[in-house]
Parts: sequence; C-alpha cells; structure tokens
Amino acid sequence: MNVAPSDLGRRTGTVDMVHGGGGRAMTELIRDLFQRHLSNPILDQGHDAALLEASSGRLVVSTDGHVISPLFFPGGDIGSLSVHGTLNDVAMAGARPLCLTAGFILEEGFPLADLERIVMSMAAAASEAGVPVATGDTKVVEKGKGDGVFITTTGLGVVPDGVEISVTRAKPGQAILLSGSIGDHGVAILSKRENLEFETEIVSDSNALHTLVADMIEAVPDIAVLRDPTRGGLAATLNELARAAGVGMHLDESAIPVKGDVAAACELLGLDPLHVANEGKLVCLCEQADADRLLSVMRAHPLGRDAAIIGRVTDDEARLVEMETEIGGLRVVDWLSGEQLPRIC
Amino acid sequence: MKYADEFRDRDLAKSIALGIRQEAHPGRTYNLMEFCGGHTHAIFRYGVKDLMPENVRFVHGPGCPVCVLPVRRLDDAVEIAERHGVILCTYGDMMRVPGTKQRSLIRAKADGADIRMVYSTMDALKIARDNPGRQVVFFAIGFETTTPPTAVAIKQARKEGLSNFSVFCNHVLTPSAIGHILASPEVRDLGTVRIDGFLGPSHVSSVIGSEPYEFFAEEFGKPVVIAGFEPLDVMQSTLMLIRQINEGRHHVENEYTRVVTREGNLKAQDLVSKVFELRQSFEWRGLGKVPYSALKIRKDFAEFDAEKRFEVSEKVSREVKSCECPAILRGVKKPTDCKLFGTVCTPDNPMGSCMVSSEGACAAYWTYGRYRDKARSPRREVAA
Repeated sequence: MNVAPSDLGRRTGTVDMVHGGGGRAMTELIRDLFQRHLSNPILDQGHDAALLEASSGRLVVSTDGHVISPLFFPGGDIGSLSVHGTLNDVAMAGARPLCLTAGFILEEGFPLADLERIVMSMAAAASEAGVPVATGDTKVVEKGKGDGVFITTTGLGVVPDGVEISVTRAKPGQAILLSGSIGDHGVAILSKRENLEFETEIVSDSNALHTLVADMIEAVPDIAVLRDPTRGGLAATLNELARAAGVGMHLDESAIPVKGDVAAACELLGLDPLHVANEGKLVCLCEQADADRLLSVMRAHPLGRDAAIIGRVTDDEARLVEMETEIGGLRVVDWLSGEQLPRIC
Repeated sequence: MKYADEFRDRDLAKSIALGIRQEAHPGRTYNLMEFCGGHTHAIFRYGVKDLMPENVRFVHGPGCPVCVLPVRRLDDAVEIAERHGVILCTYGDMMRVPGTKQRSLIRAKADGADIRMVYSTMDALKIARDNPGRQVVFFAIGFETTTPPTAVAIKQARKEGLSNFSVFCNHVLTPSAIGHILASPEVRDLGTVRIDGFLGPSHVSSVIGSEPYEFFAEEFGKPVVIAGFEPLDVMQSTLMLIRQINEGRHHVENEYTRVVTREGNLKAQDLVSKVFELRQSFEWRGLGKVPYSALKIRKDFAEFDAEKRFEVSEKVSREVKSCECPAILRGVKKPTDCKLFGTVCTPDNPMGSCMVSSEGACAAYWTYGRYRDKARSPRREVAA
C-alpha cells in the first residue's frame, strides 16, 4: 500500500516542514498515515494522552530511542525494531506488556512512501506481539538536522505477583542460559551499512521476546535475572551483570551458539561475535536445579529453539567474565571499548 | 566455518601442548617473537598462553601496522583532511590512534573534518566517483598484505581517469623490520631482549612467500616458522621452533603450507612493483628510521600521490611522554611494564598506538589478560 501524494495533500511525496507545523497537513499525516496503520481502540480515542484501565501488579515502564542506519535491513527495519526493542526491555523485567507509545522525528525531504513502509512494519510488529501503540507524537526537523527518521518508543507493562527478576538476585552457582545464536542482528546491519556482500544473506534476529519470557516464568517463576544482550553484545551484558551483582562469570565458548555465516562474517571482518549486537535474544540466570527444565521450555518456543546453557555464575571478587576457549585456554571476556573496529589485515 | 574449526580442535590442541611440554627442555627458556599482531591477538583470544609451559615465552613484536605508524604521519593525515578539505578515507583501526596532543582522526572528524571509515580500497574509489567535486585521499597503511589492493586502486583510478583520487602511502615491509630488530643494540650487543626464534607472518608471506626470511635466518642464526593465525597454527609453529632451537638449526620452515609458498604470489608482487618503489628510509614507531623498509608511489603514478598533491606543514609531532609503545614494539618491555598501562591508558582512552588496534600488544593484554598476570595464575596442567 503506497501513499499517493494527494492522500496527504502533498505535491512532492516527501516529508516537509508543514507536516510538523501543527496545521491541517500535520493532522492529515497523522490521520492518513499513523492512525490508518496503527489503529486500535485506545489510539482511536484521539486524545493526546492514552487512557488505560488500571490493573493489579507492579507497573514497568521503559523507553528507547532508535537511530539506526540503514533504516531497512534484512529481517526488519527501524519500525519493527522500535517495537521489538522496547517490548523486550519491558519483558526483561518479567512483565507482560500493556501498550506502547511512539514519538517520530522526521527529517524534511524523507520519502512518505518509506515512512509508510516503516509505520506498516511497526503496525505489523505491534499486532503480532498483541500490544497496541496507544499514543504518539510527530515532529519534523529541517533537512540536514536528522537522519531520515528517529523513533522513540515507550513501553508499559505489568509484572505478575510472585515474580522478582532483578540483577541483585544474581548469585554464585547459578546457571547462565542464552536463548539462541548471537551476532545475527549486528552482522545483518553491518552487511548493509558498509555494502559488504556475503554469500548468504544474514538476517537480523529482531523479535519480541515477551511470549518466550511468559513461558519461562510459568515454568520457573523463580528466575533470578533476565537481560537482552543488545548493543555491546553478550560480552557487555554479562559484564554489566557481573559488575552490578558483584559476581564473576565462567563461560564455555563451545556452548555459545553462533551461526556459521555469522561466524564467517565476523572472522572476515575481525569482529568478535560476543561484542556484536542482538535484538531477539535473552540471557537468563537461574538456580542450577531449574536450568534443565528452563532450557527445555525455552527450546519448545520458536524464539528459543537454539537455547543453551553457556556457563555459570562464580564468586570471583574481581567480577571477571572469563571463558574457556574452544581449544581449552582461558581468556577474559571484556567490555567492548568504543566501537568495534574491523582489523586491517 | 569448517575450515576454521579444524584449527581450533580441543583434543588436537591438548596433544600439541603435550608435545611442546615434552620437547621443551626444562633447563632453558624459549623466547619466541611473534612478529605479527594477528598472532598476538590469537595467543590472547584463544588462551594459547595457558597451554604453554612456563619456559616458553611469547615476545610481542612490531607487526601491527597501526602500532608502527609514527605520530608524524598521522598528524600529516589529519592536516591533509583539515587544511585541504578533502574526504580522507581510512581503515577502521586508524580512527582512534592518538596523534600529537591526543588528536586522532575520530576527534578531527568530530571537529568537522570529512573522514570516512572504509573496508577496502574499492570503497574509497566509489567515494571518489560519487564526489567528483571533492578530492578524496586514501590513507594507505599496512604491510605487504594490504599493499596489492592499494596498487589495484591506483591503477583503477588511472583507468577511470579519476582525477580527484590520491593515496597517502604508508605501506611498510616486514623483512627489513625483522632484520632491523635483530641488528638492534638491545638484541645484538646488550642482550636485553633474547629472541630465540620467530613466528613469521602468515598473510604477509602469502604475498611475498617464505624466501625473503631465509637471509636473516642464516645471517642472525635465528629460526623462523611461517605460522597461520589460527590457534593450532600458532601452537604447531611453536613446536616446530622449539625443535629447531633444540637441534641448533636456524632455517625458515613453513607451517602455513595451505596458503604460503616459497615464491609467494608472483602476480601480486608484479603489480606492487609496477606501482610502488622502495623508500630510502622510513620512520617506524619504536624502531626509528629503517632503511629500505617502506614503499612510495612511483613517478609514473605521481598524479595519484597525495604527498605530491597536498603540502603539509613542517610542524613538530610529539608522542605522549612516558608512553612505552616504542619499547614494547621492540619487545624490550611488556605492556605491563608501562606506567600508563591500565591507569591513564586504556582502549577507551588510548595514549599510544599499541592500545588501539586489537592486534596491539597493550590492547591484547588489557582485553584478554590484564588481571591475570597480577591477580592469579590460572595456568593449568595439560592432561595427556
């Protein structure tokens, strides 16, 4: 479905400053594009603030800005990503997501057809997740002052009673579980951003994980910690946890799933898959006694079928994340320093 | 990944490690210099050190192209970008290397210079094609591995008549650097660095072959084993070096036979010799001026030589005081011997080049093993 310029009263088919001016053009843009695709009973109330029924349990709120380049990549785009990323942040608190809000910053000159593609993708992701976009905002900035589209999404969710997921519950002896292969998203983005061509197309793992989390919590309500290893990859997430909880980690490299084509791309570019971003994976810490049961529940879910137990929490005072390598050596798994830069040779 | 996995096999690693323990005489120490940063990276990345006996030691050499570039050349690149308003294209590693007063390309970019990271010389050519009204300079660095692609870019630019493309050439040569290290007072007269043998470069040798190392293996009486970058390559090459040392031999042996031949890639060598010629002298960080150790663009291709197209001022370049990168690059000091290591100098805020590239000795120490030398010894026995 393409937006004919006449639908929005525009001659050029691109975003221009009047779309953010507060007048008729802006109203038409909201009505004919955002509301048309994201329609749901709460949004359709047409208020500036969404009205929600209060529910029992504890509320969780999370917000995330999306500034990705390129906007479209294998396996997704900024629209679906802005839904998945925020839903996952809510889900990692063990919460059931209630709704999302979306703020758009559009750059003058951005094609309306591309914007519609993004909004449709966002609508599809929200619909698949069963979480409505309840309210939103649109602003337009002058050409050169943005990068096409920036999207900020906020998610609201409810944590069921009896669930206590917190980094403070990370304890030595617990098992570390990973829901699937790492590095898919970051390599997919990189392959398009730098015009790198690989023999097989690597697809982002961008996905909403709240249904997987719900299954996991149902099986093991006592899960201690959940995190999605996004920017900085698995290495950054585990280091954050280790530092915050005052524990160490011991990983087994051969247990960490990495797809063959992702591993090959990382080899080629001199990148470490442990540092590459993911958008549809989670890390979980739980008691050893629960680990096997949790693993089988994760593997029964489509988004966790490659789940693995990748290591254990240790009592290391230096809070190091260490890993037994493929060949049986030991190395420190460190944070990524700045941006991961490809090696020269 | 079948090809790589075969060279990371745990059982085979155990077996080679056992072989090394059996061959290495307990009464002596084996100091092996890995010239290439790629080997340094592999040793730390895979924990190869853990599988070695105490008396087999790796000395990290100057084989990281980012690390050996002197501050002056980096300052020149920043000046070309800023003063002449060009689009300066560079490989990723170069972006964070600190120049004088800690000024790096990434800082110059933040200040408004048009500096772009590229993955290949072809990307730089594309930028030149897409920006006909702008001068595009490719900041070329690297050893013999990255030189042929730069030659291809220059020839392609001529073929297409790209008058807005030029190369700031900093390509350096491996054999002359190894020879220079062995002839240095630290190694030859002072004996402060004992080097018993070399793990020879792999990618470099795929271009130049193993033959160029034969002269100094003989002249200096040091064995060389051309070693691949996979962990088992490094371990097998270590075993081969230990055997040569024990037998009192000093030959060039080739462990990386799946890629390297004695003659190397003749087509690539021919291409390089058509576009480049030797510089009489070139400054290396850590080694100082090394005769005939680098390449410059031939007069035939002078129109693509950024050094001829853009003037740079004769300003004084300065490295950070107390930075031990030069001594570390010569193998005279370890990263942990540097007062700045891990205090003011970290990968997030590098004071010297060795802390930037993942192939740099300091970055490898910091990333993979910084606590271990001090805090504990996870060295483990290798079971049969």
